Amino acid sequence: MALLLDIVGWSLLALGSVMLLIGGIGIVRLPEVFSRMHATGIIDTLGAGAILAGLMIEAGLTLVTVKLTLIVIFILFTSPTATHALARAALHGGVRLPQDRPGAPEDELPGPGEQSSKT
Amino acid sequence: MIAAVTVAVLVTMALAIFRSIKGPTVYDRILAVNAFGTLTVVLISVYGFLNGRPDFLDLALVYALINFIGTIAVSKYVEFSHMGRPTGGDELGDV
Amino acid sequence: MGFMAVIGFAVARLRNLFAVVMLTGIFSLTAAMLYVVLDAVDVAFTEAAVGAGISTVLLLSTLALTTSEEKTVNAGDSHWALALVVATGCVLVYGTLDMPPFGDPTAAIHNYVAPYYLEKSGAQTGIPNVVTSILASYRGYDTLGEVFVIFTASVGVLLIIGRPKFGRRRTHRFAAGELRDSMRQNVILRVVSKLLIPFIMVFALYVQWHGDFGPGGGFQAGVIFAAGYILYTLIFDVDTARMVVPAVATRLCLGLGVLLYAGVGVVSLLMGGDFLDYSVLADDPVKGQHLGILLIEFGVGLTVAAAMIAIFFTFARQER
Repeated sequence: MALLLDIVGWSLLALGSVMLLIGGIGIVRLPEVFSRMHATGIIDTLGAGAILAGLMIEAGLTLVTVKLTLIVIFILFTSPTATHALARAALHGGVRLPQDRPGAPEDELPGPGEQSSKT
Repeated sequence: MIAAVTVAVLVTMALAIFRSIKGPTVYDRILAVNAFGTLTVVLISVYGFLNGRPDFLDLALVYALINFIGTIAVSKYVEFSHMGRPTGGDELGDV
Repeated sequence: MGFMAVIGFAVARLRNLFAVVMLTGIFSLTAAMLYVVLDAVDVAFTEAAVGAGISTVLLLSTLALTTSEEKTVNAGDSHWALALVVATGCVLVYGTLDMPPFGDPTAAIHNYVAPYYLEKSGAQTGIPNVVTSILASYRGYDTLGEVFVIFTASVGVLLIIGRPKFGRRRTHRFAAGELRDSMRQNVILRVVSKLLIPFIMVFALYVQWHGDFGPGGGFQAGVIFAAGYILYTLIFDVDTARMVVPAVATRLCLGLGVLLYAGVGVVSLLMGGDFLDYSVLADDPVKGQHLGILLIEFGVGLTVAAAMIAIFFTFARQER
């Protein structure tokens, strides 16, 4: 039983680290601001959440676990809110969504009887 | 194993710093700082957990709090250039 | 530490002041992490709360009142300045070569005062956290000076910027339609803040009183409390926030904290001991120490919180 818990804990830690790296690469490589917010979301919820959950399992039922739970709950509450505030600011600041930019690929579905321009 | 976790966190931090220096718009920088703050929280939690000192977790909680307030403040500054008026005013309607 | 070097360089070179503020925030975070690695949790605590949080907010408030680009300076004479800085740096590094290696047990600071504090603190003051006992009791006079510094800084800001020119002026009142719209806005931020702020306040109180046993104490608690209140102000109006805590209350707490601290010292004088000698405050000297430390930490927390709130408000009330 303890071994099982250990395995779960360590695999959560490993998963969390991988998510962090994926998110980090996303921040650097994704093309524009709103996409990068997705990457930050991955870092905050999946990455931090998995790592802290892994630590919780490793710690067992102690005060440390309670504090870690508080941290996880806090991050889960505040991180999306902060991203929301940032997205509002970006939208008002004039960063345009990709589909509103001039020269963006048209995304309309062809109507009935019309030829699709993409075939 | 924990060393691998720490290395992963540090690498991600370096990536975030890269974006914060390079980011063409100001929102990229805010985003990177926010991510960096969360990474700091994770790093401190892991480090404190390693050294068996639960006091570090108070510290991590404070960082998470400060990170949040800082990001809100910065977003508000960028949006309105004034820190005293209420956050609001959405011409696009209540999205 | 490599991070810090890179960030420091970028801070000096970038012209866009806003980016500089952001990077300063990251710089404070890395400094705080350095402190964590050095096992100095209390310092890391304060550095995180003040450097990464409050400083960023205050710098941003300043930016809102000034321009956001740094003026280019005529770089004609900078070679001499650079040489001077490099020379000073070399001299400093040369000076540190004489110091004992980091962590050397035979170093002077580890042999005279520090062991005394480490050994005697538990018995004499009765609280486990040596940092707090040194700060509040053994070096209590220094801490009184620090509190006075914070008080004076806040008073200075209030004097210089202080009240707006036209007396008791309200910030711009929206027309009725705008007010209704802006009330509906940003539901997410409002709800989340209302959920979080009580928790933040309770956490500030926890840090305040827990300073005896873990990292914390007056300074950190004051900053956290002020941060919670600043969050409220950011989401809602300055005027609304002013109604919750009127200006009089802030100024009152500012002075009250310092008064409490110095008052404890005077009471010790009156009860027969030295200034700020807490042992005479109760029958048992250890209990007296404990009581004294609790009281002055509370005074510190009061003043720090009030100072941060007052400074933020003076900045936030200004219109450009």
